[in-house]
Amino acid sequence: MSVFQIDFGDTPDTPPRVVGIDLGTTNSLVAFLDLTAPLVIPGTNGSPIVPSVVYFPTTGEPVVGAEAQEALLTDPVNTVYSAKRLMGRGAADVAGELALLPFAMAEGSESVIRLAVGGRQLTPPEISAYVLRQLKQNAEAFLNETITQAVITVPAYFNDAQRQATKDAGRIAGLEVLRLVNEPTAAALAYGLDKRRNGTIAVYDFGGGTFDISILKLEEGLFEVLATNGDTHLGGDDIDDLLLRIALEDVDTEWGRDLSNDHEAVQRLRRAVINAKHELSSLPAATITLDYQGREYRRSFPRDVFEKLITPLIDRTLAPCRACMADAGVTPEQIDEVVLVGGSTRIPLVRQAVRALFKSEPHTELNPDEVVALGAAVQAGILSGEVEDQLLLDVTPLSLGLETMGGVVTKLILRNSTIPASATEQFTTAVDGQRNVLIHVLQGEREMVRDCRSLARFDLKDIDPVMAGMARIEVRFLIDANGILNVSAKDLRTGKEQSVEIKPSYGLTDEQVEAMILESFDKAEADFNERQVREARVEADRILAAVDKAKQSDAWFDLPAEEQTAVDKAINELHLSYHGDDHVLIQSKMEALDLASRGLAENMMNSAVRNVLKGTKIV
Amino acid sequence: MRLWNLIYRMNALPADYFAVFGISPQLALDLPELQRQFYVLSKQHHPDRFARASADEQRYALDFTSLLNDAWRVFRDPVARAEYVLKLLGYDTADSRTNTVPAELLEEVFELNMALEEARDGDSGARKQVAEALTHFTALRQDLDVERDRIFAAYDAAPADTHLETLRSLLNRRRYIDNLVRDAQQALS
Repeated sequence: MSVFQIDFGDTPDTPPRVVGIDLGTTNSLVAFLDLTAPLVIPGTNGSPIVPSVVYFPTTGEPVVGAEAQEALLTDPVNTVYSAKRLMGRGAADVAGELALLPFAMAEGSESVIRLAVGGRQLTPPEISAYVLRQLKQNAEAFLNETITQAVITVPAYFNDAQRQATKDAGRIAGLEVLRLVNEPTAAALAYGLDKRRNGTIAVYDFGGGTFDISILKLEEGLFEVLATNGDTHLGGDDIDDLLLRIALEDVDTEWGRDLSNDHEAVQRLRRAVINAKHELSSLPAATITLDYQGREYRRSFPRDVFEKLITPLIDRTLAPCRACMADAGVTPEQIDEVVLVGGSTRIPLVRQAVRALFKSEPHTELNPDEVVALGAAVQAGILSGEVEDQLLLDVTPLSLGLETMGGVVTKLILRNSTIPASATEQFTTAVDGQRNVLIHVLQGEREMVRDCRSLARFDLKDIDPVMAGMARIEVRFLIDANGILNVSAKDLRTGKEQSVEIKPSYGLTDEQVEAMILESFDKAEADFNERQVREARVEADRILAAVDKAKQSDAWFDLPAEEQTAVDKAINELHLSYHGDDHVLIQSKMEALDLASRGLAENMMNSAVRNVLKGTKIV
Repeated sequence: MRLWNLIYRMNALPADYFAVFGISPQLALDLPELQRQFYVLSKQHHPDRFARASADEQRYALDFTSLLNDAWRVFRDPVARAEYVLKLLGYDTADSRTNTVPAELLEEVFELNMALEEARDGDSGARKQVAEALTHFTALRQDLDVERDRIFAAYDAAPADTHLETLRSLLNRRRYIDNLVRDAQQALS
């Protein structure tokens, strides 16, 4: 008799480390939880900050970070920065913005933007993936271990498509994104480590490209977000653009020459205004200088002029703050602490505005450039189990709704609902024998479809052909802890899962992402195969555990002996294939076990299970 | 149906929002206590606690926690809670969406609508009238809330269908007044 030893091994002594990543508009960072405190990880140049810039030379490998920043001057049309502003968006969304950017958009960018750089066409997730890969490499070099899992932060006010695009970027970079965390919430986590106390905190996050405001309640290690608001299109970039436009006009007047179509000059001038902006945070005046083609431009810029110019932009952050307080049901007096996040909060006028609005002195102990990455590392620790006494309860920033008659949006899940959150809705057919029902899902606060953001169309397919109005399809909309929508459907007449085809309005399909993973240059074939084998094994574990459980039920003993033998044989064969490296074989053995266990499944259905199933219906 | 999907479903999720908190259906709830429970259950079941668990456990954590969040959201709002209980006990809430004017309010509603229209045209006298109506209907809504809480207590003490019938019509009236208050507030802002 042969005895085979079943080894469920493969579980190393220490589980793989999860890193926290702040994928920013301007700069990105990676951090990890070292014993109890989060630490940012430096790159080869010693700095933890990796500028979110990717240079695609016409020949050779793409370059990321500080080096790529240099290429902004020498080869601006092939150097991408601020790719985050393009994530999850379509051509129409960014038309105005791209006019200011040196790189060109390729054809067919309606639902996903494609940039033509370095003789290739790349989507924003692919470009962000290069930044993520660099961070992954930095972490691997520093920690001397392979990194495959990460927490990535996103602006709290990011919509579904923007979140999905960020997750896609992670997958393309070879990272399993265990959680997307909202940036202001991450910042609160980073601060929470130092002062563990109860109270209400406001996080004002004014970064390179986005603005977020979140109000949280802190209680016994529980970070409960009460409300969030923001503008995914407002940040330091806008200040730069404003100064740049003025400087370009100024140069035009002085030199009699319009430089706005000269990419190199524009990039040089952009760098000059950014330097001036930074200096103005600590000095009463700064000088914008441009030395270009033998000519020199110098303009002194006093802080009061600067402040007057940017006041309208800063004012735009105040309305979301007030709305957020109203939604959270708190007054400025009830807010115990204010936390500042993002480079733009270094501007004295911003601090002054925050102080005036919340009537308290904001916290600035942690470096505003690092605080989000540090918080992401804390969340990574929560997910890996290293941090047990803290938990984040976040909310969805935008209401989720369905298109109904007359182009009206019916809200299903309201904004600021704690996630995961769900809603169910019943659908039926309008004509006899109808096989499909199309559901249009939107995000936004307005009443009409045209004023909301189209998220996706879900096609309920292969509905049993019955008389009009007789079909009863229950659709469950679930926003998961990442703030991403999942949809499942059930035919209430048959109890069967109803197949749903998803057509995202913006962003990549699953197949496209898979193709990009395959294409990505440093992703060896072996790696991919290994991942598929690993996934197949996880699935097999789940199935084997389920069958094991079923074998202890009455249904098993009611099963004819030959069927029992067939199930046992299928189990053995699945076990045998389990440790091979052929995921196709594992899959086929799972299929075989599925087939062999049909009778067992039926038996279980027919016994007490039916009652249990009734009981599980989600009201 | 696949065997393993079946097994997953047997890992039964709570049948309704009350079962999530382990309490029996009731209308009056001790919200501070329920909030404590909400935090305790969140800490136990949140998906973040199962990031490294099996696919089944992850799925259960996600489903349970979404149910928990949905339940807490409904329970902490007395109106949403009452509507939920009515629906749970088989009272058709589709009926509650009708827009017929409660008979006793007909006259006042008519006057308010007139005033709203005039106020929109810039009539300052009408504005004052709208403001008065706003005060009136806000007070009326408060009275209804007191009455609602009385019905809650009465039903919990001795569950009887008559209480639920009364509650349903009260909710209808309240919803109608809610809309009036909102319209008046909009006209004044």
